Amino acid sequence: MRAAQTSLSSKDLLGIEPLTPEEITLILDTAEGFKEVSERPVKKVPALRGQLVINLFMEASTRTRVSFEIAEKRLSADTLNFSASGSSVEKGETLIDTAQNLMAMHPDMIVIRHKHPGAPKMLADRLPASIINAGDGAHEHPTQALLDAFTIRERLGRLHGVNVSIIGDIAHSRVVRSNIHLLTKMKANVTVAGPPTLMPVEVERLGVRVVHSLDEAIEGADVIMMLRIQLERQGKLSFPSLREYYNTFGLTPERLHRAREGVVVMHPGPMNRGVEIASDVADGPWSVILDQVTNGVAVRMAVLYLLGGAHAAE
Amino acid sequence: MNVKKRLLDSPRMTRAIRRMAIEIVEKNRGLRDLIIVGIRSRGVPIGERIAKEIETMEGHSVPFGVLDITLYRDDLTTIAPQPVVKPTKLPEPIDDKVVVLVDDVLYTGRTVRAAMDALIDFGRPKAVMLAVLIDRGHRELPIHADVIGKTVPTDADEVIKVRMAELDGEDEVLIMEK
Repeated sequence: MRAAQTSLSSKDLLGIEPLTPEEITLILDTAEGFKEVSERPVKKVPALRGQLVINLFMEASTRTRVSFEIAEKRLSADTLNFSASGSSVEKGETLIDTAQNLMAMHPDMIVIRHKHPGAPKMLADRLPASIINAGDGAHEHPTQALLDAFTIRERLGRLHGVNVSIIGDIAHSRVVRSNIHLLTKMKANVTVAGPPTLMPVEVERLGVRVVHSLDEAIEGADVIMMLRIQLERQGKLSFPSLREYYNTFGLTPERLHRAREGVVVMHPGPMNRGVEIASDVADGPWSVILDQVTNGVAVRMAVLYLLGGAHAAE
Repeated sequence: MNVKKRLLDSPRMTRAIRRMAIEIVEKNRGLRDLIIVGIRSRGVPIGERIAKEIETMEGHSVPFGVLDITLYRDDLTTIAPQPVVKPTKLPEPIDDKVVVLVDDVLYTGRTVRAAMDALIDFGRPKAVMLAVLIDRGHRELPIHADVIGKTVPTDADEVIKVRMAELDGEDEVLIMEK
């Protein structure tokens, strides 16, 4: 029998695509140990004491940034938040210059959110610090996929053979991309559904089934993952109206009856109630949306912990 | 590594653990407020067996918990790869309780230091005691055990290997040479 993997092969977490199934399992198993820390009266362990983590958020984010920050603090790391607005970025500094200036302060890890795909990789190739991708354009959002997988595993006990349907804006979503990589690596069955205008060409090549109606996607699903319709794109919407979207792809309690017994409904947030999801579903017994938020902290703690030891190996 | 000597076999280990259980009961004049906490990983089966012995002896059960000290290690930033983190499970609040920490081998004392730090993040026990199956000497911190299964003088280049039926398929304690 092969010994269980106990470390990640890379110093960085740039996406799910480069990870092996063993590495994914390692992160999820480690997160279980960390979930317990958040339930203690003293929610802090000294694992990353003396390490500096910079949160470099060049694109708006509340949930992810706050989740990373809590994870860092619970591991006793020193944290520094850096956002694009009100910083040297507005004065025209390039990402590389910003990063090199930050690097001069000797951070051990940098968590980066950026609107351009590949920005985390650019830093990872140039800087000795561990880089964690907190979302880069429409490319990947690995910690979101990991927390989704953790939540599915927690509810259903496994990932292998689970039927997961992802519904919404498949084309512009980094959450979908990371989730498809993760779920197919772990041998789950993935179905995607959404308006044809929001469906990337040849998405089947990623190993997923494509359907164009909500009912078809729900049929036999163990997990339904609803995606946010990006309201800020109003005016250049890829469908006639929000109301029509709700009527066609909005998840309602009535439609859920086609799913399997014990179906779990997920949403990466922030939700648009009455657009992609009905309030009765979001607040109903199927919903694990708030579990996803709680689990996000544990999963991010696991990633920080596993990468935090990378420097020692050098 | 060569096996130099077999320190304990299964019956002798059982007797040692039984005696440890008796000593714990004696030192506490009964079981009130007692919690047995095993330090992962070999401290867990030893602690469980102590708790079971006490139950057989005294007729009622003692709460048992599991402590993972990985995140409190003082060498966490210097060892790679990172050790695997597992959950800590304490059966009830430890405030004002007598917590008996159980481990397999007491050596430098660093594990126990980490265990005490980890424990104190959960509350303020009335007292913390330490019970170990083997005390092999060579302390690097001012720590001692209250209950000892067997004291073994060792050289620093020797390794004590504790094997437990629950985890390793067999009960034995070996002294090995590097």
